[in-house]
Parts: sequence; C-alpha cells; structure tokens
Amino acid sequence: MLLKRILNVGFALIMISAVLLGCTPEAEEPGEIEEIEEVVIGVYEPMTGAQAAGGVQTMQGVDLAYAQKDEVLGVPIRMVLVDNRGDKAESATAMTRLIEQENAIAVVGSYGSSNSMAGGEVSEAAGVPVMGCSPTNPLVTEGKEYYFRACFIDPFQGRVMAKYATEHDIEKVAIIQNISQDYSVGLAAFFKQSWVELTGSEEGIVSETSYQDGDQDFTAQLSDIGDAQAIFAPGYYGDAALLMKQAREMGFTGLFMGTDAWEAPELVDIGGDSAEGAVFSSHYSAEAATTPASAPFVEAFRAEYGEAPSAMAALGYDAYMLVIDAIERAGSFDREAIRDAMAATENFEGVTGYITINEIGDAVKDAVVLEVQNGEFKYLSTVSP
Amino acid sequence: MTFDSFLQNLANGISLGSLYALIAIGYTMVYGILRLINFAHGDLVMLGSYFAFYGVSMFFLPWWAAFIFAIAVTAGVGVVMEKVAYRPLREFPRINLFTAAVAVSFLLENLAIVIFGGRPKAFSRPPFLDKMLNIGSITFVSYTPIIIGVSLVLFVGLILIINHTKAGTAMRALSKDIETTGLMGVNTNKIIMFAFLLGSCLAAVGGILWAIKFPQINPLMGVMPGLKAFVAAVLGGIGNVGGAMIGGLLLGIVEIMLVAFFPSLSGYRDAFSFSILILLLLFRPTGIMGEVQPEKV
Amino acid sequence: MKMKRNTILTIIALLVIIVLLFLAEKSLNPYYKRILNLCAIYSIFSVTFNLIFGYTGQFSLGHAGFAAIGAYIAALLTLSPAQKAVNFFLKPIISPLANVEFPFLFALIVGGLLTAVLSMLIAWPALRLRGDYLAIATLGFSEIIRSLMVNMQSLTNGALGLKGIPGYTNLFWSWGCLAVCIFIIKRLVDSSYGRAISAVRDDEVAAEALGVNLFKHKMMAFGVSSFFVGVAGGLMANLISTIDPKVFLFTLTYQIVGVTVMGGMGSLTGSVISASLYTIFLEALRPLESQFTIGSLTVPGIPGMRMVIFSVLLLMVILFSRKGLMGNTEFSWDGLFRLFNRLRSKKGEGSTGGDES
Repeated sequence: MLLKRILNVGFALIMISAVLLGCTPEAEEPGEIEEIEEVVIGVYEPMTGAQAAGGVQTMQGVDLAYAQKDEVLGVPIRMVLVDNRGDKAESATAMTRLIEQENAIAVVGSYGSSNSMAGGEVSEAAGVPVMGCSPTNPLVTEGKEYYFRACFIDPFQGRVMAKYATEHDIEKVAIIQNISQDYSVGLAAFFKQSWVELTGSEEGIVSETSYQDGDQDFTAQLSDIGDAQAIFAPGYYGDAALLMKQAREMGFTGLFMGTDAWEAPELVDIGGDSAEGAVFSSHYSAEAATTPASAPFVEAFRAEYGEAPSAMAALGYDAYMLVIDAIERAGSFDREAIRDAMAATENFEGVTGYITINEIGDAVKDAVVLEVQNGEFKYLSTVSP
Repeated sequence: MTFDSFLQNLANGISLGSLYALIAIGYTMVYGILRLINFAHGDLVMLGSYFAFYGVSMFFLPWWAAFIFAIAVTAGVGVVMEKVAYRPLREFPRINLFTAAVAVSFLLENLAIVIFGGRPKAFSRPPFLDKMLNIGSITFVSYTPIIIGVSLVLFVGLILIINHTKAGTAMRALSKDIETTGLMGVNTNKIIMFAFLLGSCLAAVGGILWAIKFPQINPLMGVMPGLKAFVAAVLGGIGNVGGAMIGGLLLGIVEIMLVAFFPSLSGYRDAFSFSILILLLLFRPTGIMGEVQPEKV
Repeated sequence: MKMKRNTILTIIALLVIIVLLFLAEKSLNPYYKRILNLCAIYSIFSVTFNLIFGYTGQFSLGHAGFAAIGAYIAALLTLSPAQKAVNFFLKPIISPLANVEFPFLFALIVGGLLTAVLSMLIAWPALRLRGDYLAIATLGFSEIIRSLMVNMQSLTNGALGLKGIPGYTNLFWSWGCLAVCIFIIKRLVDSSYGRAISAVRDDEVAAEALGVNLFKHKMMAFGVSSFFVGVAGGLMANLISTIDPKVFLFTLTYQIVGVTVMGGMGSLTGSVISASLYTIFLEALRPLESQFTIGSLTVPGIPGMRMVIFSVLLLMVILFSRKGLMGNTEFSWDGLFRLFNRLRSKKGEGSTGGDES
C-alpha cells in the first residue's frame, strides 16, 4: 500500500520526463563551415531585476556591434540574448540554454560578477569560450580556462582610487560599503589594502561602515565619518547618488570617490548638485579616445541612441568585437580554436583602449578617472596598470 | 557620541520611522479585518511614487496636482486588487489569500519592470522641500518636518475616522467578527473596500514622501520598506493602528541608532532588527499595543 | 486481487522510472537535465513545505533560510581545499574547514542534519507561537540567517559567495533524494504519528485534550521537513556550482508557498506536479522575451513578460481552483482506473446513450 502511494507520484514524473524526452531536438554538430547556414553568438545579461540598468546599458553596445558586424567568415551571425534576471540559478540555466539549445559557439556577458561566476561554471564544463564585458571581480576568470573579460579587475580599480586620494592630499577617508554586494565588498577591501601600502598605516581610514541591498537611508553611516576629507563608496550609482545627497544635506563638504558602477546618467539625475565634483574610476571616456576605433564608435552610438556611450555600452561593444576577432583569427567555428585565439588576443584595437588578454584571462588596460562637472562626466586622467 | 549627534540621529530616526509607520498602518488595517498579510502593500508604495513621478514628468501637472493624482490612482489600484484578487477568496482557506497577495505582489513588480523599465528614475522634489534648515546644531532638510507632520495629521485623521464615523465603527465591528457584522446589516464588501481604499491612500502618501526623502525610484523600491513596515506593524501589535505608528517610529529609531552607536557592526543591522522582533514576539506575542486593543480595526 | 494488481503496477512503474532516469542521464541534453534537476529540487522544497503546513498546519516561512544552511554546509564540505583558497581571497577561511573535502553523500547528510538541528533550535521557542506569528518569526529567522551569512566572511565568504563547487548533482541524486523524501514523509503521514499530526492541524485544542503531545509532533514534523530542505539546498549548491546569500532571499520562500498552494495543500503528488510545471513553464515562456513573428507582425521581445505571465497564471490557479491542482488527493492506481472508467463511460454515453455500470 505504502509503496503504491509513493509510486503514484512517480507516475507524474514519468509523464513529465516523457514529454521532455519527446521534445529533445536532434543534436547538431557544430564545426563544418561549408554546411553551416548561421552561427550563434549568445549573450546573457540581466535585462530585468535589480541589475537591469547595467544589462540594458551593456546591450546598447552589443546591439550596435551586432548591427555593424552580423557575419563572420562569410557566415551570418544570429545573436541570441537570454535574460538572467541578475540571479545565480537563472544565470546558470541561461548559459546552459545558450550552449545546448541555441548551440552558441561563443558567449558574451554578463554584467554583475556573481552572474558571470554562475555562468562560468557551466561554460567551463561545456568548453565554450566566454568574453565578459564588465564583471570586475577577480574570481570570475580565476582558474577558468574558457572565461575572459574585456575589462580590468577590482584590485586595480581600488589602487587607482587610493592613489588618486593620496595624490590629492587626502589624509582621512571614510569607507561605506554595500555588504550584500560582492562587488562593493571586494573594492572596499582592495582600496584599503592599497591605502595601507601607499600611506604605511590604516590610520587614515577613519570610518568603515556597511549598508545592505535596498537601503536608502545612509544618515547613520554618515554620522560616523567624523572629520574625513573624502568618502569612498564603491556601490551602484543609485545608492551612491542618494548617499551623496544625504551627505551634503548633513553638511559634509569633502570629496566623494567611487568606481565604475557609478557611471550612469542617473548618478547626476538623482544626485543633482550633490554629485558635483565627485570622482570615480572607469573603463573609458568618450573624451579621451585612446584608439582610432573610439571616435567612429562614439559617432555611431550618438546617431543610434542620441547620447554618449557609457562605459558599460563601450565594453559590451568591445566584448562582442573581441569574440568576432577571435573567430576570425581562429579561422573556424570550433570552440576550442576560438578559445585559443581569445587567449592569444594581443593589442586588439578596442574602443575602450588596446586590449591584451593576460595568462589569467583578464584584459590588461588603462583606467580613466572621471569627475562630475556641470552634470557631465569629465575626463581627468589615465592610470596605467 | 555627543549629545548633538544623538539628537541628529534621533531626528533622522524619527523621519525614517514615520515613513515606516505610514506604510505599516495600511498593513495593519487590512490584517485587522481580513487577517491577511497583504504583501502587495509595499508595491502600492512603489506605484504611488511612480504615479507622482509620471504626473509631473508626463502630464506636466503641478506637484500638488500630481500628488493628488497619484494618491487617487494608487487607491484605485488598491480597490481593484481587493475586488479581483482578494474578495473571491474570502471564504477560502487563508493560505490561498496569502498566496494571492504574493502573486499580486509579483505581478505589480514585474508589470512595473515591463512598463516603467528597470532603471531607477530621479524624482524631483518640489523646491520648498529642498531647503536646508538648522535648529541649534541639528541640520535637516525642510522635508523632514513635513514628513513627520503629514504622518501625524494622517494618523490623527485616521483615528477620528475609525472612532467617530459610521464606516469606522463598522470597520471595528468587522475586525471582531465579519459574519455577525454582515448579519447586522452592515455592507461588508463596501466597508472592506473602504479599508483598502484608506490603506492604499496611505501607501501612496508613504510612497510620495519616500520618494521626496530618497529621490530615486525603481520597480523594486517597495520591497524592503514593505518588509520593514510589516515588521513595524507586528512590533506594534498587528491589527492595531496606534501600535503600527509606535512600531514604525521605534523601528526607524532603532535602525538608525544601531548603526550610529555601533558602526563596526553596521552590517548586522537587519539581524538585530529581526532579533528584536522575534524576542518581542516570544515574550509578548501580540506586540507592544496588542493587549490594549483600543483601535483594533 | 486489487492489492496484487496495484503492487505489480507499482513495481513496473518503479522500473520504468529508473530506466527513464538512466536514459535521461545518459542521453538527454544538459539543458533538459538541468531543468529536470531543478524540478526535483523545487519538488523537495514544495513537498517539505506541504508537510509543515499542509499536514501539520504550522505556517512556517523559514524555507529559504534553512535551504541556505544546507547549501552552505554541503558546499563547504565538498569544495576542494584548493578551490577554498581561491574563493577566500579577501579573508581566509577558518582553519578546520580549510583543508577538508568530503564525499557528496556525507556532505548532504551532514547538511541536512545540521539544518534539522538548527531549525529545531529555532522551532523550540517559535512553535509556541501560533498562526501568523509563527510565520513572521520564521521569516525573521530566515532573514537573520541570511544577514549572518553576508557578514561572517571567514565562514561563508560573505557576499562574494562560493564558487567552484564540484557539481555532483545529477538526476539520480536529485530524483533519488526526492523519492526518499516522499517515501519518508508519506510514511510519517500515514503512521499513527501522522494522524496525530493531522489532528493537530484540524483542531489543536481537541487534539491536546485527546492526549496528543502537540509539541513533540510539531517538532518532529519540523525536523524531518528541515532535514530535506537542507538536503535540497545542498543539491542546489552542487547543481549551480556557485552560491551566495542573495540566492536565498525571502522571495524564494514565497515561490515555494505559491507552488505548494497551486499543487494543493495536503497532496504530495500535487506538490511534485506543481513544482515541475513551475520550473518547466518558466523556461518554456522564455521565447516570449525575444523577438518573434506572427504572420507579418513582428513582436519585439519584452524582457520581464515571462514573470508577468507567470504571476497572472499563479493568480488564476488560486482564484479558480480553491484547492489547487490536486486538492488533498494523492495519485493512486485505483483513482487512475476510476478516472479511466469514467472517461470511457462518458464516451459511451455519446454513442450508445448511457451505460450505468
């Protein structure tokens, strides 16, 4: 009796698996150029959920790149975008879908390092090369043979800002981190590390406080900063803008320092006057065009979207073009060959700078420091690794 | 910590707390009558701020008209929500009602993502709410007293409605026993709808004030305030309007003070808030105001 | 006679399932395998919620937190020391954990047991609360657990999460655990214990008056349920290969509640069907978000449509079927034959004008 009832449930499962088995498509063999009508390049980005803004910005660049380059080695490309909702389980499923259902030969993505880490586990097991656009956490490529990225990594960014602070006579700084974001926690730690290296002690860091995802009131954290001359707040732009506003409302007159996640028009829209004078590191500035490819890109982007490209868009563009470049150099649609070509990328002329992939899979490239002036992001300086 | 900075933090805590309180009142009213934890309430807060935003930016309404527009539309959404999703389930097991609330919450959030877009928007304050004020050593912006004032006025108004109008009496009766109240000739549906209307209006006002204080709005902005306000409602004794007010203020002050007094433990703030909630529940399961039950709606 | 027939059918069905699983594991495309694995994991979540709420009547909203405990324990025990060194690059992991690596089964069981112990520690005071207050307290505990995981960097790696978890989960592990879970829960529910548990649900006071030890029974149900939630968490960690505290937000619990109610409170069959449908549906609705063409009309892809449609469907099921898909009935061979007969006689009605057997 007992056994019977348990097995009752099993019956339902048979039905479901039978349905699924029934709809398995015939496996296609990728590789033979002459038989192929199209190749698929997959993209996975957070198009909905809390990180949607980053994903949408990135896609502006990817879409533009796809519009400019929709065939490779004489074969038309089909680009497939899958939404990962900024969620780990969804990211892994999205990557599996791109590889198994869409037969992607290479993948671009994703905004948000934790999404990329989840996707990376799948692509690694399947042996599919991936070019990350803006995931800056060191763990994304660490130990991964098939994961590369078009951007620099957080330890470098932390050093850039620590260096900026010390060079501008800032002796006392407060750090406010979003403890539920890996990105923010990592950058706060790297900044502190570099600060200690540069100044010789932790003394200059007068306050270290945390907030959580969804928080909008930072007044308590700000009441702890004492006589700090600068606040380093490596969080997303929405939080950062509110934080700057509240700090000014509480009478803080010092400098705000941030990182690449600050680069969004909303930083200024929301922050208003409070954001004036804020400085942050980023990947790219339309003003400081570093390669011959930059100017035409900015022009095309303005024609398409009517605004200057953000760093996320520029990186999305570069990541897509890096994949095309690797396929062309590999001369085949073999995933293994594309991976090898990607790993060997040297002095690629990207719109965000010349890109060389190092042995870990990270791009070695300059960072720029930007400042908010009259509501615009103005280029201040370039820092080399 | 100096006395001055204590006062400053207290002021910040009260201003955050009165927002929690406004939202918590909506939770508590619905719970009092239907015994429903209406998790979609936080999303009404989000809708309130979006409608106000579009009132100004799309229909070019002056701010006061935009606010009235936002309150009206949000109240409409609240009433429709009750009519479509909750009313048919009233006779069902309560878990269905709870799940319906979860479904409505998912629906509102995802619809907002599809319609309003996932990127945050900048909410512009009316200029007179953007002035810096100083009282002694405490600095604050002119919206702070407005938020506290509006919350107080609405609270007093609500208490008056509950205690001194026919509808209010009917609401109090409903919270004791829906069926009997219906038998005594009260139009149950109408009164429940009225409660939702009031709750949604308060949520919309909460949303507008929230967006004035934190001028960044996004489709998921209601989730955390919703959860916090819910905690506040339970702290105060769920079902009790005065309790929701006290719970909201208390939670706001505690959250700010915890971080201000123990900056190195600021990451543990939510763990602390929830621990307080659970401890309170264990020793006084009905919340701070639970036993007195003067305005149990 | 009937008993014998049913036993034979059951054995055949079991064999068919094992063969199907074997075939699926061997030849199915990894995308479908991942979905099937997720189906099993969500089914465990849903079935265990059903035990606590559907059978015992305790409204607990702690699932996400308990799953987090199981997931983290299983992840930390199965991660290789080398991967741990890579993961914990900001703050080193506390020493005894740094150099250990255990087999999957051990990790799952330890994860399940510790989750059960921790959840019972939580339940011990919390179960004195009734109804919604229990729900609120357990929801609070779930958020406390997540908050601690974010902050305890040298144990959990905080927000950075863990990556490089070996990925042992396959169809045998996931569906095997689901089978064991259903077997034990069904056994529990059908025992005298289970009847006592249901008595608690239907009327606490009366049950106590009849001499049922309320507390003991509630704790028991809580412990068993949490054990399997922990196991499912471990399966999930080893399926995705990377976890962080955001995976276990309270919205995960809401989804589990929704799925269980859709399936029917008090029906394990319903839970499994509903959880599987939920997982498959979300994936099947994906094409809605990319551009598609109907005739000459090109509809642009709208990201987020999938979730909108899902919420509407959830609402519809709740509004139009009071008891969910299965009510509180389980699948049974007798029931299937009855259904079969009824369908046949209905067909007969159409042609021969009614058959009253």
